[in-house]
Amino acid sequence: MSDVAAHRLDPEAAEPSARAALRGPDGPGRDMIGPAVKYIVLSLAAFVSVFPFFWMLVGTTNSSYDIVRGKAWFGDQLLVNLGNLIEQVDLPRVLFNSFYIAIISTVATLLVSSLAGYAFEIFRHKWRERIFAALLLMLSIPFAALMVPLFVMMASAGLINTYSAIILPTIANIFIIFYFRQATKAFPHELRDAAKIDGLKEWQIFLRVYMPVMRSTYAAATIIVFTLTWNNYLWPLIVLQTNDMKTMVLTISSLNSAYTPDFGVIMVATVITTLPTLIIFFLLQRLFVQGMLGSVK
Amino acid sequence: MAQTRLGRAENRAGWAFVMPALVLVGIFMIYPILWSLWMSLQTGRGMTTSFGGLANIQRLFADPIFLTALSNTMIFLAIQVPIMIMLALVFAVMLNDPKTKFRGLFRTAIFLPAVTSLVAYSILFKSIFSNDGLATTIVTFFGGPEISWLGEPFWAKVVIILAITWRWTGYNMIFYLAALQNIDRSIYEAARIDGVPARAQFFRITIPMLKPVILFTTIISTIGTLQLFDEVQNITQGGPSNATLTLSQYIFNLTFRFMPSYGYAATVSYVIVVLVAVLSVIQFWIARDRK
Repeated sequence: MSDVAAHRLDPEAAEPSARAALRGPDGPGRDMIGPAVKYIVLSLAAFVSVFPFFWMLVGTTNSSYDIVRGKAWFGDQLLVNLGNLIEQVDLPRVLFNSFYIAIISTVATLLVSSLAGYAFEIFRHKWRERIFAALLLMLSIPFAALMVPLFVMMASAGLINTYSAIILPTIANIFIIFYFRQATKAFPHELRDAAKIDGLKEWQIFLRVYMPVMRSTYAAATIIVFTLTWNNYLWPLIVLQTNDMKTMVLTISSLNSAYTPDFGVIMVATVITTLPTLIIFFLLQRLFVQGMLGSVK
Repeated sequence: MAQTRLGRAENRAGWAFVMPALVLVGIFMIYPILWSLWMSLQTGRGMTTSFGGLANIQRLFADPIFLTALSNTMIFLAIQVPIMIMLALVFAVMLNDPKTKFRGLFRTAIFLPAVTSLVAYSILFKSIFSNDGLATTIVTFFGGPEISWLGEPFWAKVVIILAITWRWTGYNMIFYLAALQNIDRSIYEAARIDGVPARAQFFRITIPMLKPVILFTTIISTIGTLQLFDEVQNITQGGPSNATLTLSQYIFNLTFRFMPSYGYAATVSYVIVVLVAVLSVIQFWIARDRK
């Protein structure tokens, strides 16, 4: 800002500014080269970004040999690959595991974390800001530092290879608490006051007034948490040990780590793994992005 | 100060609402992080451990695999994060210009990688960069050398960096786009009238205005890269000869692949905690407001 101001007062700056005024905003230098470079850069970036998706689709129709040899056009192996996948993997079971873990995690996380986020914003207490600051500080604790003791804890509680071991540590999501506290700043206090005059208890206000009013916040948070848990890898890799408990993500990873991985089969499984989050993204793009940005506002 | 009855009731409700989250954070974050500190003072393998004081820290400096994992992680961090943030900024500025056509299309395309699971995209990259694979075909088509992408330590690192950049550039770009929308257009208008060239506008206006967001994204990228695991595990498995092994992967191997040495693994994990803290402080210090 101050640089701009300095620039304006700088007498030497007046000269190029006069030239710019003469040339006008659509001077030749800007219009000819600038946009061309811009569109080349953007098109290249868009192409590189989208290409692996195309590669994945093409891969589902090719044999593993063709894929690793770089064949980048559609073949006729789709049904063979799909058949092999169904033979090698108990697809309904694995899909059930993925959906079950993601859905239960999402519902529990939203409930616990939105309650906390709401309370941190609505109720005043002398420790409120201190506790909240401590929570935010914990956002920077890397999971790598927790996984060893968490694993030992789960082992001694007999929870290895269970859904609970995956779900429990994810429920109190500090980021989501923070997100709900931020969103609650826009929640009209008059609604709460009116509900209190009507004699509603605090939990009734939360359930019947807050939750319906904040539904777009809930929708955005649902997308974040669902995507996060659907795609979770390291912790399930540690805790889930038998094939019948594995998620989609773990399944593609273990297909991939075979001595000679069958990439045709893997591509079909990868499409299935990617599809739910991709569908959510295209259906609810605005909410998806809003949820992601929630923390910066 | 006497509290009203209403005040006490609110207090009770407040605590009741916050408590489930606080209890869970206590059990699954505070307790493990403290326990891991205690573990790091123990030596030995499996269940037979004894108090070793700072022995594990000494072991760190004499452990060539740890030092390799540390330097790999720092190389990924130092090269990948700046490249990605620069690219994301450039794309964001281009897409923020109302004169740019197809903005929505470009934005969606560039953001799309952020929707994929880390494991899924890693596998796609592994298959693209396989021996005699697509990447090799393209490079040799343009007259380049035949590279064994995942077989050579240098190129394996390059593939990992390319992969992470592909996955996260669009994600960071969205943060910058949102922040750019909050900058008052009249600033650029004034700069344009005064003949400030586009490049100077970028460095003198855009970057300073975006400083808080750049700081935020740098810190989350740093934390993310220090914990890099999914990509290396699925693209290179840490190879060739540990050239892409990361700290997280080493902790994983120490705990779950070899005979578990929890104490030492916990010590390595505290290295990540310390790095996150130190790098965050440094980044805050660099981005501080200078008078």
